[in-house]
Parts: sequence; C-alpha cells; structure tokens
Amino acid sequence: MSTETVTAPAAPHLGVGDRIRLWWDTLPRQTQWLVGIPAIVLIALLPVLRPPVLTTVGTDFGGVLAQFGMYALLAIGLNVVVGQAGLLDLGYVGFYAVGAYTVGLITSPDSPWRVHGLDPHWAWLAALPVAVALTAISGLILGSPTLRLRGDYLAIVTLGFGEIVRLLADNLSNITGGGRGLSRIAYPVVGTSSTRPTGVFSAGNTAHPVNSGTAWFWLSLVLIVVVLTLVGNLERSRVGRAWVAIREDEDAAEIMGVPTFKFKLWAFLIGASIGGLSGALYAGQVQFVVPTTFNVINSMLFLCAVVLGGQGNKLGVILGAFIVVYLPNFFIGRTNLFGIPINGNEIANYKYLFFGVALMVLMIFRPQGLFPARQKLLTYGRDVYAAARRAATALTHRTEETVGEAR
Amino acid sequence: MPLLELKDLTVSYGRIEAVRGISLTVEEGELVTLIGANGAGKTTTMRAISGIRQLSRGSVWFDGKDISRMKAHERVLAGIVQAPEGRGVFPGMTVVENLEMGAYARVFPTKAEHDETLARVYELFPRLHERRDQVGGTLSGGEQQMLAIGRALMARPRLLLLDEPSMGLAPMVIQQIFRIVTEINQAGTTILLVEQNAQQALSRSHRAYILETGEVVTSGAGKELLADPAVKQAYLGVA
Repeated sequence: MSTETVTAPAAPHLGVGDRIRLWWDTLPRQTQWLVGIPAIVLIALLPVLRPPVLTTVGTDFGGVLAQFGMYALLAIGLNVVVGQAGLLDLGYVGFYAVGAYTVGLITSPDSPWRVHGLDPHWAWLAALPVAVALTAISGLILGSPTLRLRGDYLAIVTLGFGEIVRLLADNLSNITGGGRGLSRIAYPVVGTSSTRPTGVFSAGNTAHPVNSGTAWFWLSLVLIVVVLTLVGNLERSRVGRAWVAIREDEDAAEIMGVPTFKFKLWAFLIGASIGGLSGALYAGQVQFVVPTTFNVINSMLFLCAVVLGGQGNKLGVILGAFIVVYLPNFFIGRTNLFGIPINGNEIANYKYLFFGVALMVLMIFRPQGLFPARQKLLTYGRDVYAAARRAATALTHRTEETVGEAR
Repeated sequence: MPLLELKDLTVSYGRIEAVRGISLTVEEGELVTLIGANGAGKTTTMRAISGIRQLSRGSVWFDGKDISRMKAHERVLAGIVQAPEGRGVFPGMTVVENLEMGAYARVFPTKAEHDETLARVYELFPRLHERRDQVGGTLSGGEQQMLAIGRALMARPRLLLLDEPSMGLAPMVIQQIFRIVTEINQAGTTILLVEQNAQQALSRSHRAYILETGEVVTSGAGKELLADPAVKQAYLGVA
C-alpha cells in the first residue's frame, strides 16, 4: 500500500545528542537527580573556579554568567510560547521590559510611582512578585485579543507590542521616567561584610571570588531550577499535550476537544511571567533601566537562543542562551585566538551578523536546532513510553528527521 | 427525536453564502451521506456541525438540544467527533500519541477501558498497530486516513463525522476504508459521511442528501438514489 514508509528497523542513524538523550530517558528519575545535582553544582562553581579555557577577558566572567542566567530564564519562558505552543512571539522583550520596569518603578528614587516606606533591604524581593504578576497580566492583555490570529499575523502583532512597550517607556516621562531611565533600583542587601559593605548583590561588590555577578548568577540558577521543574511538570501534564497538539495542528486540536484559545492564553501568560521574572533580575543586577535596553533586536536574540538550542527542548534552549550570551563576551577584549591575532571587540560587534549566518546554516543542516525536542505524550506514564521507545528507537529517529526536513 | 438535526443552516464566508438553508436529520444508529460536487458546501456543513465554523443563520440540534452556540471543543464532550478533511493527523506525534489525543477531552474512567478501546481501534486498523511508533507525518495517505478515523473513535463518539475519507486514495484503499466505516456503523456508532465517491457512499448508507451550490436538492434512501437516473447522470458518470 505504501512505499515511502520504513518497515524494518534498519541501521539506526543517530546523532551524538540523540544517543545521550536516549540513554538519559531510560534512567530512573532518582538516578537523573543524582547526576543532575552535581552537574548543577559544578555549573554554579564556574565563576569561582574560573577555568582558564572558559573565562572571559574583556568582561567579568561572573557578570557574563549572570547575564546568561537571565537569558536562560528568558529562553525557557519564550520556549513555552514558541517551542511548546508554537506561537511565534517576536515581542518577547516587551515582557522583559515590563518586569524590569515594574521593579524600577516601585523602588527607584527617580520613579514617580515609588513605594515609600519599603524596607530597603527587602524592597527588591517585595517588588519581584509584583513584577511577575504584572507581566502575567500584560501577557493576558496582549494575548486575549491577538491569540485569535495565527502564524505570521500573530508574529507581526507581537512585534508591534514589543515596540509599543519600549516607546511608551521612552515617551510617557510622567509615568515611566522617560528616556533618562530609572537609576538606583533596589537590590537585595544580603551578606554585608567589611569587604562588601553593601552586600553581595550590590553592583559595587567586586571582591573575589563571589562578586556581584556571581551572586546574581547563583540566584538565577536557583530560579532556573525552580522554573524548569514547574515548566517540566506542565509539559508532562495534559497542558503540555494540549500545547503540542496546538502547535502541530490547531484545527485538529480543537476537533479533538482541546480548548485551544484557553491553552494558548495560558502559554502566553506563563511565558510572559517568566520573562518578567528575568526582567526583575536584570533590574536588580544592573540597578538601572533605560528604554533603549529593551530594543526589539533583543527579541530576535532571545528567539535566536530558542531556535539555536532546539525549540521545545528546555535544556537545549538554555544551551542556546549560553551560546548567545557567552560567544560575544568571549571575543570582547581578546587580541589573540590560538596564536592568531584577532580584533575580538570588532567580532563581538558583529554578533547579529554571525548569529544570523549561524541560524541560516542551522536551518539548512539541522532545522530542529542543536538539540531537537522529543516529547513524551502518552496518557499512561513514562514507563510505558520507555518500553515503547526501546522497541522503536531506530524507526522513530529515522522518521523524525524526515519530518523535520519536510517542514 | 433525531440525534442530529440541522434547521435552515446557513454559513457564509464574508458575503458569500457557502451553505444556504440546509435542513437535514440523522437518526440514532444511521449512516447518512452528503454527496455533491466541489463547492457544494459539504465540508462547510461539516465544519458547522463540529463547531469550527460559525453559523450565520439557522440552528444545529444534537440529542434534542440546540448546540448552535456551543464551542467546538465542548461539542466533542457532547459526543460529536470529526475526522477532518485532509486528515488533520498531528505530523510530529507517533501513531499511538495521535490516538491518545483522540481521548484527550473524554478521559477514560479506567485504564482497562482505555486498553479495550485502543485494542478495538487496532483490530479495525491492524496497519496502525504495525506503525504505532511511527510519526504521523511519515504515514501514507491511506494510513493517515485510518489514523484520523481511529483517533476519532478513541473519543467514543455518539456521532462520527467523516469528511471525505476517500480523498486522494487508491481504489483498493477506498474499498477498505468504506468497509471499516460500515463496520463501525454496524457496531452502533451513528455516522454522517461527506463524499464525492457517490457509488461507494450511496451503496453503503441508509439515507443520503445531495447538495448543490449550498442547498439540498434531493434526499432519500441510499440505494434508491443510486438507481435515480438524475443522480446517475450527475454523480456516477453513467448516462
């Protein structure tokens, strides 16, 4: 009846990443944690150990990692929207801005909305949930009228949203502080000592080995683990299955009884609040927000992290975020690479060009990203899935690739 | 009381009325066919019944209740399940995952019941069992059609809507699909079928409606229509 289908599980054609994931999937949950926790600890120790291969020259390594932490959160949030539910959001930077500006407006002395009487030690922490809640609401406000649109139309509208947020921040000086931005934003005052009179999180903390960048990196790592656990559980639930169905074929999902609008709105809301969380971290770390930071080109960079890492794979997109943040910083201040003289700063300046080329190359050779996603979608648990998986390994992986090419 | 009743159903795309005041009934247990040429409004009618398209006039009644304003996903809960035109299989999900999506809205009360229904689908379509871990997008056209029907069955429909199950398939596969459709109907599921393949559809259905440019022009028992000279000429290519 059909000629194009593969009948016999012929020689499996697997990439290195596929093999690792396959092996990882078959491990029991406890073992996964046993491997995962030391790995996380090792990553957390990076800014303290500062391995010479990895460490950056022109910028502080701790600061780079802190930025990576925020981008990783953004990538996880954007991945819920783009990777899971398949809604192309080009204005994600808008949510990042709403989160950062909320913290700024509550705590900065320049702000017309400053909340007086907040204990300066806890001001940042108090503003954090407000920032997340307000971003979630902004996601709802953007989503409820626009999620009736699909594909390119949705992308254009969200692109507009990102710009609107920035333009409002720039032009409504009475409400947002305008183009001068908001300075002296609160940060958590923890761990004050003689070498760190303003605490570990203060931008003024440059003492080794735990400088302000390292402290923020650690905080963001904790938040990443928390957010990953929450998002991971959502993915494995009925919500996750609904998202994948919507991504694959929205009409078919609706016909299967999935309330598509509701779940799209949820994806938007969850994605937005994670973006807002990241924005709040940013405001606290830099202690200064200004509209130009939230240029739309940042949305493209976030999207680049997601696409590069592999849409729908939450660990993949974290790696994507690392590449997007780390690579330009790796070149800054470098005059020599493997004995070849280079102008590192120039190379870093052209990062958009290089990421653009990288994306094109990726689309040709590995359209699903470096670490493509493979969901577990069965109603009855991962054991059933693992069993089915072992039997079908070869077959599925071959066919997966064909689908990727067909898209 | 009929299981499904359309009263003066009108659906428009902008200013164009694709369906103009159709009234029809489907009784419990029946296999009813809508036939008509391209653009007659068959698929639009289906989409209005499953709730993907809004009505501009008239009403849809299911099991004695007016469901005209009900959302598509709520109609699935009520028991109306569609296997869409062009199959609508989730391309990146495996066959099993696709089938599981069919049971998304109407969760099985017990695992035993789930296994039983899944086994029945595999029994109807042994091919799906062979291909259970293959992703939907790489199935052949016939297999995708089987998957679409199997997936709809996983929702245990009271009314199964089949939109052109024979579209683009080889004659032998069409035969097979129709045989299974009859089998599903005989097992107690009410079916509303949309077809261009009039010969197969009419010979297997209890009753049929013939649509032309958005209106019902003839209706009657399937076999009678098959013998009707006007129908023969227009849809069976026999003079």
